Amino acid sequence: MNRQLSGENATFMDRVKAAVNSFGLPRLIIACFLLLLFIAAPFVGADFATQITNTVNRFSWNAVLVLAMVPMIHSGCGLNFGLPLGIISGLLGATLSIEFGFTGPVSFVMAIVIATPFALILGAGYGWLLNKIKGGEMMIATYVGFSSVSFMCMMWLLLPYKSPTMVWGFSGKGLRTTISLEGFYDKVLANFLQINIGNLSIPTGTLLFFALLAFLMWAFLHTKTGTAMTAVGSNPTFAKAAGVNVNKMRLLSVVMSTWLAAVGILVYEQGFGFIQIYTAPFYMALPAVSAILIGGASVNKASIANVIIGTFLFQGIVTMTPTVMNSMIHMDMSEVIRIIISNGMILYALTRKTEGSK
Amino acid sequence: MINANIPLLELRNIKKDFFGNQVLTDINLSLNEGEGLGLCGENGAGKSTLMKILFGMDVIRETGGYGGDVLINGEKVNFATPFDALAAGIGMVHQEFSLIPGFTATENILLNREPKKTNVISQVFGERLNTLDYNEMNGRAVAAIEKMGFSIDPNMVINDMPVGHKQFTEIARELSKDKLKLLILDEPTAVLTEKEAEALLESIRGMAAKGISVIFITHRLHEILSVCDKVVVMRDGYVVKDVPACETNVTEIAKWMVGRSVSTAANTDIRELSDAKTVMSIKKLWVDMPGEIVRNVDLDIMEGEILGIGGLAGQGKLGIPNGVMGLYEAGGSVEFEGRPIPLNSPRSCLDANIAFVSEDRRGVGLLLDETLEWNVAFPAMQVQDKFLRKLLGGLIKWRDEKAIGEVTNKYINELMIKCTGSKQKARELSGGNQQKICLAKAFALQPKFLFVSEPTRGIDVGAKALVLDALKKFNREYGVTVVMISSELEELRQVCDRIAIVSGGRIAGILPASESSEEFGMLMVSQVK
Amino acid sequence: MNNKNTNKESVSFGKKVLSFVQNNSVPLMFVLICIICIPISGFSVSYLVNEIVTRMGRNIFLILCLLFPIMAGMGLNFGMTLGAMAGEIALIFVADWQVWGIPGVVLAMILSIPFSVLLGMLCGKLLNMSKGREMITSYIISFFINGVYQLIVLYMMGPVIPIKHFSLKLPRGYGIRNTVSLLNMRQCVDNLLAVNIGGVKIPVLTFIIIALFCLFIVWFRKTKLGQDMRAVGQDMEVARDAGIKVERTRIISIVMSTVFSGIGMIIYLQNMGNIATYSSHSQIGMFCIAALLVGGASVDRASIGNVFLGVILFHTMFIVAPSAGAKITGDSMIGEYFRVFVSYAVITVALIMYETKKRKQKSRLGQQLAREQLEEEKK
Repeated sequence: MNRQLSGENATFMDRVKAAVNSFGLPRLIIACFLLLLFIAAPFVGADFATQITNTVNRFSWNAVLVLAMVPMIHSGCGLNFGLPLGIISGLLGATLSIEFGFTGPVSFVMAIVIATPFALILGAGYGWLLNKIKGGEMMIATYVGFSSVSFMCMMWLLLPYKSPTMVWGFSGKGLRTTISLEGFYDKVLANFLQINIGNLSIPTGTLLFFALLAFLMWAFLHTKTGTAMTAVGSNPTFAKAAGVNVNKMRLLSVVMSTWLAAVGILVYEQGFGFIQIYTAPFYMALPAVSAILIGGASVNKASIANVIIGTFLFQGIVTMTPTVMNSMIHMDMSEVIRIIISNGMILYALTRKTEGSK
Repeated sequence: MINANIPLLELRNIKKDFFGNQVLTDINLSLNEGEGLGLCGENGAGKSTLMKILFGMDVIRETGGYGGDVLINGEKVNFATPFDALAAGIGMVHQEFSLIPGFTATENILLNREPKKTNVISQVFGERLNTLDYNEMNGRAVAAIEKMGFSIDPNMVINDMPVGHKQFTEIARELSKDKLKLLILDEPTAVLTEKEAEALLESIRGMAAKGISVIFITHRLHEILSVCDKVVVMRDGYVVKDVPACETNVTEIAKWMVGRSVSTAANTDIRELSDAKTVMSIKKLWVDMPGEIVRNVDLDIMEGEILGIGGLAGQGKLGIPNGVMGLYEAGGSVEFEGRPIPLNSPRSCLDANIAFVSEDRRGVGLLLDETLEWNVAFPAMQVQDKFLRKLLGGLIKWRDEKAIGEVTNKYINELMIKCTGSKQKARELSGGNQQKICLAKAFALQPKFLFVSEPTRGIDVGAKALVLDALKKFNREYGVTVVMISSELEELRQVCDRIAIVSGGRIAGILPASESSEEFGMLMVSQVK
Repeated sequence: MNNKNTNKESVSFGKKVLSFVQNNSVPLMFVLICIICIPISGFSVSYLVNEIVTRMGRNIFLILCLLFPIMAGMGLNFGMTLGAMAGEIALIFVADWQVWGIPGVVLAMILSIPFSVLLGMLCGKLLNMSKGREMITSYIISFFINGVYQLIVLYMMGPVIPIKHFSLKLPRGYGIRNTVSLLNMRQCVDNLLAVNIGGVKIPVLTFIIIALFCLFIVWFRKTKLGQDMRAVGQDMEVARDAGIKVERTRIISIVMSTVFSGIGMIIYLQNMGNIATYSSHSQIGMFCIAALLVGGASVDRASIGNVFLGVILFHTMFIVAPSAGAKITGDSMIGEYFRVFVSYAVITVALIMYETKKRKQKSRLGQQLAREQLEEEKK
C-alpha cells in the first residue's frame, strides 16, 4: 500500500533523489566541481583553449592505463591494485628497447614488442596467484604491486644496462631515476596527425591509439570468450555450471590487464617525454582505479564508457585545479584535492553495500 | 504457585503468511511442564516457521507478524526479539551450530552471560571493562554440563571437538540459563553418532524429570517415540495429528506426514517403460554437498522416462544431480549412453548433452545482473557455439545479438514469462518467472537428458502448474529423459513415471508413481540419518 | 624393541621440528637474514644493541596498537596511520604553544585523544560498511585521511587555525614547514630514568610505559570487552545472536587502536626529535605491520611476543641491510631498496598465507566419504 502511494505521488524531488542515487553522489559532486572549474576558468584569466589542450593531453596519456582496469573488473577479480606489475613489464620493454639501440618511432614499437613477453609471464603468475586467493584479491594485488616495484628498484641498479642515455654518468652503471625520451619515442603518437588551432592542440595519434585499444576491448567483450569473462565476474557459479573454466577466464583477464598496463605506461611515457623508474610506479594504480570508478564503474561492473568519462573527469580536475585554484585563492591545493578525490572515490566504492555484496 | 492445569506453553490459532502465501493455519498446541513434545512433518510443513514465531525471530516481524496467541503459563506474550524469548525461559538449539570456534566449551556456554568482577577502571569507563570471573564461569559451566548428563570437557576448544560434542555444548549453553523452562531442539541428532544420540535421548528424559519441557524436532521418528510424551504431526501448515506417543507408531506417523487431505490426482498417464534401454547408469556415487551428502548411490535411468527423486530435506536427493553435473565434489562412476562421463567436470556433462536446472536459482541458475537474453543463451553459446557469428573464417566468434534476442523471445512466449522485454535484468523478475528463465536456459541447450532440481520451490500455484506442464511437454514432444528432484511428493506423483526416494544419502527404494503416498512416506524415513 | 622405540621418537621429533619450521617460517627466515648480514655489515655489537634498544623503545608501543583490531577480527589495521596523524597534529599544537619537556609530551598525548577518537570512529564506521574487505578499506582510508591531513596542516594552519610561531610556518605565511623541530622535548621521556649499561643506553621510563601497556593488553583480554572482541573476531553472526553489539565492539577496537597509536606516535617522535610533517606517518603503518608479521603474527592471530620478536628481527635487518648490501654489491642504495622490498614482501607473503589457509579445509570431507564407502564395501 505504502509503496504504491509514494509511487503515485512521486514528486520531482524524489525523482531527482533516485537519479542521484543511481549516479552516485560523489560522481555528481566531482562532475559539478569540474563544471565549475570550467566556468570559472575564463574569469580568473586562464586560457580556455590551453585548459582544454592540457586536459585532452593528460587524458591521452592516462586512458590506456585506466582501460587496463576493465578486464579484471569484468572477470570479478576486482580493482587491479596490482597495476604496477604491468607497469614494470612496460618499463622493462622501454629500457630494453633503448638499450638495444632502437630510436625514433621504432623504439616505441619495439618497447611494446619486448614488454609483451614480460607482461604475459608476470601476468600469468599474478593471475595464478589471484586464483589461489579468490575473495582477497584487492589487498594482495596491492602488495604484489608494491613488492614487485621494490624488487625492481634493486634490479634497475643491478641489471647490466650500458646505454649512456640511461645509466648514471659518473658511475657508468645503474639506471637513472628519469630517462629522457628525446630522440626515442617522445611524443611519437601525439605528433601523428596532431591538430593545432591557435592555442588548442589535439594529440590525434595518441587518441587514435587509445581508440584502437578501446575498440579491441569492446570487440573482445562481444565475443564468446568475452561473454564468458563477463559471466564469470557476474556469477562464477553460474559460469561454472555452464561449463566455463572459471580459473582460465580469470587468468586471461589478469594477463590482459597486465599487458594493457604495460602498453599504458609506454603511452604515458611518450606523452610525458620521460621514463620514470625506481619508486615512480608505486602509486600509479590509485589514479587509474579512482578514474574508472569516477567514470561510473563499480567493483564488479565496468564499461568502455566508464573509462572515457572517468579519465576525462579525473584528468580534467587534475589539470584544471592548479591553474584555476591558484588564480582564485593563490594557493596550489591541486595535489591535496587530487588525493582526497581519488581516494575518496575508491573508499566510496569499497563501502557501498550493493557494489560489495558478492 | 503455578496452577497445574495451566499448561506451560499454549498456542492458539496461530496463523502466518509470507506475502499472501499461507504457511501456517490455525495451529493449536499445548505443552505442560516437564513434558516432551515431538514435532514431525515434511520439510515445508511449517515446523520451522512455527518455531521462529515461538522464538521471536526477526524474520517474522519483518514479514508482517503472525496471527493468534502464544501463551506462557497462561499469560499472553509477544516476543519482539529472540532475547525476549530467552528472558521468558525459552531456549533453542538450532540445526547450525552457533558457537565461537576458538573458544572453549565454558566460554561458549556462557557467551555474553559471563559472570564478572568490577574493578577501578570499569567503574570509570563502564561495565564492559569488568574482568571475567573465570572460577565462577567454570563452576557454572560444569553445573550445566552435569545437568545435561553427558560429559564434555569444559576446557576443550570447539575447533578440537568432535561434531557431537559441539551439539552438546549448545545444549549445555541453553541449560546454563537459570530460567530455562522450555527447550526447543531442532534435529539435534542429525550430526550425532548412534551412541551420542542415545546419550542425548537419555539427557532429554533427564530434563523432563527436572521440570524442563522439550520440543523435539526430528525425522528419526523412533527417537520421538522413545522420549516424547506426545507427538504432533504437521503438514502443509496444519496440525494434522496431536496424539500421545504411546498410542501411535512409526508407520502411522510417516503416513500422516506425507498423506494429503485433498488427494490430488496422481499422474494420469504413467508409462511403464520397463523395456526401454538404460540411458544413464550411476554407480557407487558419493557427493560431498554440504547438507545433502550422497553415499554409495546406484541408479539406472531409462531413456525417455520422467524419473522423480524425492525424500526429506538434507537426506541427499539434491546431491545426486549436483554431483553428477560436477558442481560439488563427487566420486563413483556415471555412464551416459554407454560412455563414461568424468565426474567433477560440468563441461563434459554439458558436452554429452545433459542439462541441469539448479535448485539454487539465484546462486547457480541465473546471472541476476544481466539481461534475460544472456541468461537464456549463455550456456548454449559457450557449450555448443550457438548464437555466434563466425568472422574471419571462424577466428572470431562474435555474439549474434539478433539470434539471442529471437531465442529469448521464443521462450518468453512459450513459457509465458512476464517481463518488460528480453533485455530486462533477471534480478527484476518474480521467482516463478526466474524459474522459467532457468528452464528456458536448459531448453535452449536442446539436451537429450535433463536434471531439474526443485523446479517449483518458492513459486506460486499458477506458475507451478505451468512449469510442470512445460517439463512434461518437453519430455513428451522431444523425447527428452527428465530426472526431477523435488521435496513435494505430490508434485512428483503428478509428473513422474517412477519415483526414487532418497533417505540417509542412499536410494531407499524406487516405486511407480501410482503407489500410495504412505509407501513413499515409509521409504522417506527408513534410513534417516 | 628399544631401537624401534627410539626410531619412533625420532620420527615424532622430526615431525615436530618440521611443523615448528612450517609454523614459524617467516621469523626463521629473518633470523637467517640477520645471521648472514650482521657479520658482513661490520657493525660492532654494542652499536647494534644500542640501535635495537633505541628502536624498541621507539616502535613497540605503536606496534602493540595493531593487536586490538586483530583481536576483533578486522585484520591488519592499515588505518593506524590515522592515530599517527592525530598525534602529529597534537604535537604541532604543543610545539606552537611552546610547552616543552615532559609536560609537553603529556599535553600532546592528552590533546591527541579527541582527534584519535574522532578519526577512529570514522574509520570504524567505514570498516563496518565494508565487512570482509577491511584491510583494503583501511588502507585506502589512510590515504584519504592523509589528504585531509595535508589540507589542514598545509593550508588551514595559519589562516584558519591560528599558529603563532613563525618557526613552524612556511615562509609563505601559512602551512607548517616540512620539518617541525622538537628539540626541546627530544628524548625527554627516554632520558628520564635512563640507565647506561656497558655503553648501551636503556630508556627505562619508555620501557616502563611499554610494560604497562603490555599489562593493560593482558588485562584487557580478560575483560568483558576483550572477550566480546575475541568473539566478534571469530564469528560475527554467532556473537550477534548471543546479544553482543557487533558493530559497536568493532568500532571500539578501532578507536582504541587509533588512540593508542596516537600516543605511540608521540613516543616515537619525541625519540626522533623532529616531525617530518608530511612523511612521518605515511610509512609508519607499513613498517609496524611488517615488523609484527616478521615476529610470526598472522592476519588473524598476534601476541605480545610476536611484537617483541618482530621488532628485534625486523629492525636488526633494517639496520644491517644497507651496509651489508653496500659491502656485497658496492652500491649503498641496494640495501635501502632491499629492506623496503623485504617489508613489502613479508606483508605480501603473510596475506597470501592467510588467504590460502582460509580455503584449505575444503575437500577433506569428500575423501572421508570415499573412504567410508570403501570400508562399507569390504564388509
